[in-house]
Amino acid sequence: MSYVDGHIAATATPEAAPADAALARGRAGVSVRGPIVKETAKSARDEAPKIKMTASALDVFYGEKQALVGVDLEVIEHQITALIGPSGCGKSTFLSCLNRRNDTIEGCTVRGRVMVDGHNIYDPSVDVVELRRRIGMVFQKPNPFPKSIYDNVAYGPRIHGLAANKGELDEIVHSCLKRTGLLSEVHDRLDEPGTSLSGGQQQRLCIARAIAVSPDVILMDEPCSALDPIATARVEELMEELRGQYTIIIVTHNMQQAARVSQRTAFFHLGTLVECGPTEDIFTSPNDERTQGYITGRFG
Amino acid sequence: MTDIAARTNPSRMDDADAVRRRRRRRSADRRFRFYGLLAIIFGIGMLVVLVSSLVRSGASAFVQTQIRIEIAVPAGAVDPAKPADANYRAMFLDSVYALFPEVTAPPLRRRLLQLFTQDGPFMLRDRVVADPSLIGKTTAMTFPAADMVDQLHKGAIKRSLPPDRRSITDQQIAWYDKLAADGRITSPFNTRLLFGADSRHPEIAGLWGAVAGSFYSLLVCFLLSFPFGIAAAIYLEEFAPRNRWTDLIEVNINNLAAVPSIVVGLLGLAVFINFFGLPRSAPLVGGLVLALMTLPTIIIAGRAAIKAVPPSIREAALGLGASGQQAAWHHILPLAMPGILTGTIIGLARALGETAPLLLVGMNAFITAAPGGILDPATALPTQAYIWADSPERGFVARTSAAIIVLLGFLVLMNALAVWLRKKFERRW
Repeated sequence: MSYVDGHIAATATPEAAPADAALARGRAGVSVRGPIVKETAKSARDEAPKIKMTASALDVFYGEKQALVGVDLEVIEHQITALIGPSGCGKSTFLSCLNRRNDTIEGCTVRGRVMVDGHNIYDPSVDVVELRRRIGMVFQKPNPFPKSIYDNVAYGPRIHGLAANKGELDEIVHSCLKRTGLLSEVHDRLDEPGTSLSGGQQQRLCIARAIAVSPDVILMDEPCSALDPIATARVEELMEELRGQYTIIIVTHNMQQAARVSQRTAFFHLGTLVECGPTEDIFTSPNDERTQGYITGRFG
Repeated sequence: MTDIAARTNPSRMDDADAVRRRRRRRSADRRFRFYGLLAIIFGIGMLVVLVSSLVRSGASAFVQTQIRIEIAVPAGAVDPAKPADANYRAMFLDSVYALFPEVTAPPLRRRLLQLFTQDGPFMLRDRVVADPSLIGKTTAMTFPAADMVDQLHKGAIKRSLPPDRRSITDQQIAWYDKLAADGRITSPFNTRLLFGADSRHPEIAGLWGAVAGSFYSLLVCFLLSFPFGIAAAIYLEEFAPRNRWTDLIEVNINNLAAVPSIVVGLLGLAVFINFFGLPRSAPLVGGLVLALMTLPTIIIAGRAAIKAVPPSIREAALGLGASGQQAAWHHILPLAMPGILTGTIIGLARALGETAPLLLVGMNAFITAAPGGILDPATALPTQAYIWADSPERGFVARTSAAIIVLLGFLVLMNALAVWLRKKFERRW
């Protein structure tokens, strides 16, 4: 299985140099800006990778049109999985299957299974609301609610009853804003509307809002495509910090971004999953010539 | 090939063709702007004509000619325990006759009495009942002049007309002149027009009953159409599946908004009054038929407002694990509220001005007491204007215009409220 290969490839380096890993973690702790050192961060993971999500034989139809054809994909816990591919290849459709966002789309039918921690999320007994609490979502365009910064983050915990009182809610809001690095920037204006922030801050606010309900998995649909390079670097750094606690799946058009942030990459083309494996392998020695063609810019 | 390239070369701005094209394009632009300006000037012009003609014919109704006389209320004539039972007519007549002691013949005295409103004795009774300290005193009081005196005073009846062409006689004009010379004639602001109930006599007819009737009707209309309209709009926009049935419902709602109001009135008469046996002329029934007319407007406005909420907000809420109902209540409805409120107030403003359905459910009755609730008989502002326009007395001409001015005043207020609400709740992102 490919994920086993991925695991070996991903963990080979840190096993060889554990001292480096500790150093890197220390650096991450004081949040030094700069290029993310991927291999060192990986050493913080468990030695045996756990499969968080499995899609098997997933077909998606929009009316008559088939958007996904028999996709089989495994997502490993505490890793960032990047979904890449040309426009219309089905990567966003695949992402929307993972939290059943396509339930609301008229004429969309899904066949196959998506297992999260061993449970099929398309089972009729699954409560979609509960599922979406466990599988958070960050969208392409920052979409804070037109409410205060505080209320943006507090909304999820409120509706799910995660805080027993105001003090606990304050604590959740502050810790989430702190994790996304926003607290120091906005601590004195939590009452101001979230829409008054800059684009990059808004996107980090949306991430803070997503982690406030303590999800297991965070889905990100091109989270940086509306941001400038500095804000993008900030969000990428944040993703790297967050994967210690969450499993992240990111759709991106930016192959450099996929190479920078992800541990595994899945390449989609025309509704099929062409290839999935450790990011290094996909970008250095892809098995399929379509993958080769896409990452070298021959099409897409 | 080279020919075409040369002719369409944009860098050649100076050849004759290009200059001609440019000139034509610019004059077309100018003409287009001019047509737009013309349309706006035409619209404003019509509005000015409408409002100025209303004000010109209605302004005089906002003042009322009054005559001041000294009324003696002898202590023996009124029983303080039952002040309402005294013979106020005699007291009133004595005081009027005392103004012109030389007039003694009964026919002449009757003509003299015609200068005053016929309700004078009742007004005197009400004042004494309200203020018993008047008993045993002689007090100067003002009473509305009769309509013909009012019209003479305002210049609507010309003295130059031959006596057989006017309702007021030369003798009465002479009495009026004497009263005016004595300083007994005043024309203060006509509070009775706004705060009095309807009457057959224009000088004491007021709009309060109509204002209250319109208020109760609109209250019923709002309480029915607002919650039902929003519920329907949310359901259709957020939850309803897209299929043939919802398409059918949508088409029917749009058609319902275009149903002639008289048809709604007939329906109200047949169903609410004849079938359910609800009282005639009641604001309850008026409000029900107005709700039938307002409901589609609110549904359509509500759906448009809900549709205008960015889908990203809905997705964000659902992505956080909000249920459909939570997303609707916490995010979509607050954002759609300015639009919904604007649509609602526009719908209610239309209902306020609606006449035909109210005529059919009997809200054009002659009612001299303001309604105290939704089951009391009442009129509404537009039906009151209709009743007055139908009345032969001279004074009702100005009062009809005045009623319309009051109606327009309420409409302007409601529209201002809509603008204010929209500004207040509008959110930008």
